Amino acid sequence: MRSLFAVVMLSGVFSLLSALLFVTLDAVDVAFTEAAVGAGISTVLILGTLALTSRYERPSKRSNTIPLLVTFVTGAALFYGTLDMPNLGDPNAPAQTHVAPGYLLQSPHEIDVPNVVTAVLASYRGYDTLGETAVVFTAAVGVLLLLSGLSRRRRRKPKGDT
Amino acid sequence: MTEFTQEFVVGHINYWLFIVLMMTGLYIVVAKGNLVKKIVGLNIFQTAVFMLYISMGKISGGTAPVFPIDMNIDPDVAYSNPLPHVLILTAIVVGVATTSLALALVIRIREEYGTIEEEGVLAADRSIARVEEKEHGEVMGGPV
Repeated sequence: MRSLFAVVMLSGVFSLLSALLFVTLDAVDVAFTEAAVGAGISTVLILGTLALTSRYERPSKRSNTIPLLVTFVTGAALFYGTLDMPNLGDPNAPAQTHVAPGYLLQSPHEIDVPNVVTAVLASYRGYDTLGETAVVFTAAVGVLLLLSGLSRRRRRKPKGDT
Repeated sequence: MTEFTQEFVVGHINYWLFIVLMMTGLYIVVAKGNLVKKIVGLNIFQTAVFMLYISMGKISGGTAPVFPIDMNIDPDVAYSNPLPHVLILTAIVVGVATTSLALALVIRIREEYGTIEEEGVLAADRSIARVEEKEHGEVMGGPV
């Protein structure tokens, strides 16, 4: 597909569909975030980039053999890795029996927030969330530094192909 | 040796579908020359990893890990594992931060090179290197 606009729209649809999948997998908070951030903000950011760069992909003459080989080898290795995994929805899988029941049993008494995801995110693992905001802040500073003076530089050379 | 019974296949098909999706993303990142397409491919890869983690937290017959508002918890209700959800919430937000940084880099590349195709950027780099070699080749040890 040469039109990048269509690519971005389809990736937004993909994000929305993955949010639906998260709802069916009981991850409602993740579905919220994916719908708002993945389908919303990401799409808007990529559209803004398209407006500042170009809307069409130039056809290229590169060969597809090596990328196909790489993806098939990686996929086969990952497939081999899944053979030991527990079945989908197995209540006795190691992931369900180790620490998760502790959080589910204790968070009503310790935190008293109905949503366990919120309790873990904001209280038990609050420092991780602090680190996450640090990452977002760093990215925002990076974007500002990269794009500062963009319009000024553009005005100086109006003949450029921007 | 693992036996591919029907139960095994149905219990593992989610992992395999996510691997297919993940490899689609990887293929786009490696094979496509357009930088915006590469970023879209990276997003697909990322979402496939999210789905993998979330599906590991699912318990059949379970429900979302949200208690009733009056906190009268029925001990018979099975709740899905909330820990992958927390992990992936953080990962989604970090993912959009990295995406925006990558897009800012694409805008800068377009400003400097006038193209967002990998081949164009490489060609420009090669011509710069050729000019520099012609000018400073002797100091750097002769043309290669």
